[in-house]
Amino acid sequence: MKNRLNKVIPLKQAIEKYVKNGSHISIGGFTLNRNPMAAVYEIIRQKIKNLHLYAHSNGMGLDELIGAGCISKLEIAYAGKGKAAPTCIRFAKAIQNNEILFEDYSNYMMSLRFMAGSMGVPFLPTLSGFGSDILTKWGFSKTLRKSDPKIPDEKLAVIDNPFGNWTDASKVLLVPAINPDITIIHVQKADAMGTCSIQGLTFADIEQVKASKKVIVTCEKLVEKEELRQNPDLNQIPFIHVSTVCHVPLGGYPTAVYGCYDYDSQYLRNFATAAKDQKNFKKYQDKYIYNAKDHKAFLKVVGQKRIDAIAADPRTGYSVNMKRD
Amino acid sequence: MKNNQPYTPREIMTIMAAREIKNGDIVFSGTGISMLAAMAAKNINAPDSVIFFETGAIDSLLEELPFAVADPRIMYWAAANSRLTDAFATMQNKITGDKVIAILGAAQIDRYGNLNTTCIGDYFSPEIRFSGSGGGCDVASFVPRCIAFMQHEKRKFVNKLDYLTSPGQLNGNNSRKEAGLRPGGVSVVVTNLGVMRFDKNTGQMILDKFYPGITPEMILENTEFDMDISKAALADPPTNRELKILREECDPQRLILE
Repeated sequence: MKNRLNKVIPLKQAIEKYVKNGSHISIGGFTLNRNPMAAVYEIIRQKIKNLHLYAHSNGMGLDELIGAGCISKLEIAYAGKGKAAPTCIRFAKAIQNNEILFEDYSNYMMSLRFMAGSMGVPFLPTLSGFGSDILTKWGFSKTLRKSDPKIPDEKLAVIDNPFGNWTDASKVLLVPAINPDITIIHVQKADAMGTCSIQGLTFADIEQVKASKKVIVTCEKLVEKEELRQNPDLNQIPFIHVSTVCHVPLGGYPTAVYGCYDYDSQYLRNFATAAKDQKNFKKYQDKYIYNAKDHKAFLKVVGQKRIDAIAADPRTGYSVNMKRD
Repeated sequence: MKNNQPYTPREIMTIMAAREIKNGDIVFSGTGISMLAAMAAKNINAPDSVIFFETGAIDSLLEELPFAVADPRIMYWAAANSRLTDAFATMQNKITGDKVIAILGAAQIDRYGNLNTTCIGDYFSPEIRFSGSGGGCDVASFVPRCIAFMQHEKRKFVNKLDYLTSPGQLNGNNSRKEAGLRPGGVSVVVTNLGVMRFDKNTGQMILDKFYPGITPEMILENTEFDMDISKAALADPPTNRELKILREECDPQRLILE
């Protein structure tokens, strides 16, 4: 009998099924680490547009999606990816040229917003951000907020502490919950049902997954259920949250996946150079994304030499003494 | 600016910041020069200080310099690899919160230690857009002591920020508290020219130390706003020991010191 809990499908099909024009999405990872890059490239290949992206600090995935014109609205804390691009280049261009609508929050605020979404509450309080322009300057106008039922009426709100001065706080700042239509994360190990084991920092992946209406997991290794059940302490996401699973080795490349491979600093630098100029960027996109039919073909363009250079050392989980640009 | 000293501006900045870190401090670090200052403190004057990152890694064994706060190099041999919400909770925790000292950078700072890491020009249609807050606004809101690392230039030390990303003393006097913030924010500014602190009552920046070869007047010339220089003194330059450890143990490949 076919296992009805086998959720494994090809990535192309998963993106077709779950990511639509206008979807509200979030992607896992942080700056140059564990971004679900294979899924990002597939979204770009399928020319899905008008996405509303919720990001805390999604560097590389964010910049590729913006560069390909997939994003029309962005809620974000930080757009950078380390030494190669302290500020994401296509992100900065898109804002400077008024090509996208954007709303700034902080990393803690965005994490709390996902957490609120995962808990089923409308908002969570924090003591961060009073007196800042994050509070006063709204990228999405009140009119837009009122007219779009998928966006809360307020960017954030400040109220008096309803418990008096309890814990010495006179006021609290409230940030609204996020429930994305779809969240995509890339993990080291998953089984066919969707249980996930993440190695290294989890960033806000767990909150993002549990806040989301649908979830795509891409994984380095598709393992037997028994392997994950032997060590449940190492599993952060149980299968009940996951809609579908795609087995995509090197699915985080060119960002790092701890214990598997490092970030490819050469690729990141080449991207940053190309991203500065429209013509070069188009050439870059054609070569690596549009002319490659899938992630395997993309990796072929990248070449085995780069893949070998970033292989993780088993002791440290990263590529020791790798030449870093 | 010409430098005839036996150290570079980056080296004296790093040492000045490292001296702010006390043994037992929990150091919130970014990458680049702030990472180097945290490592210098650990190697020179605060061996029991702990380095942690907003991504959730605590007390990592940094065998190689990380290039980002999500670099896999910070995940090795950490006390714990957790997540963003844990890292920001560390800054407010009853045991750990008061011990945290943070190192931040910014594009602009004003006389009250408020920081801009978001944009130059109009927010909605900026001339230059930067990465945004990241954890900066949270850190400046929660952490009792913050070091700001800045290049000392008039366009960076401004009367009015183009965008207030991370709160310092807001408008001075009691305004930080009135806004709802706990005590904290930038408490010391380390630049290539000197070290600035803030008046306890007014919240305004004052010159504390100027480096050998630099005068208080030179610092005023590179600052758009007025600053009290009446209590400023010459900084003790980096010692041979400090420089030796910084150069030979913290950044032998000169990845950051250049």
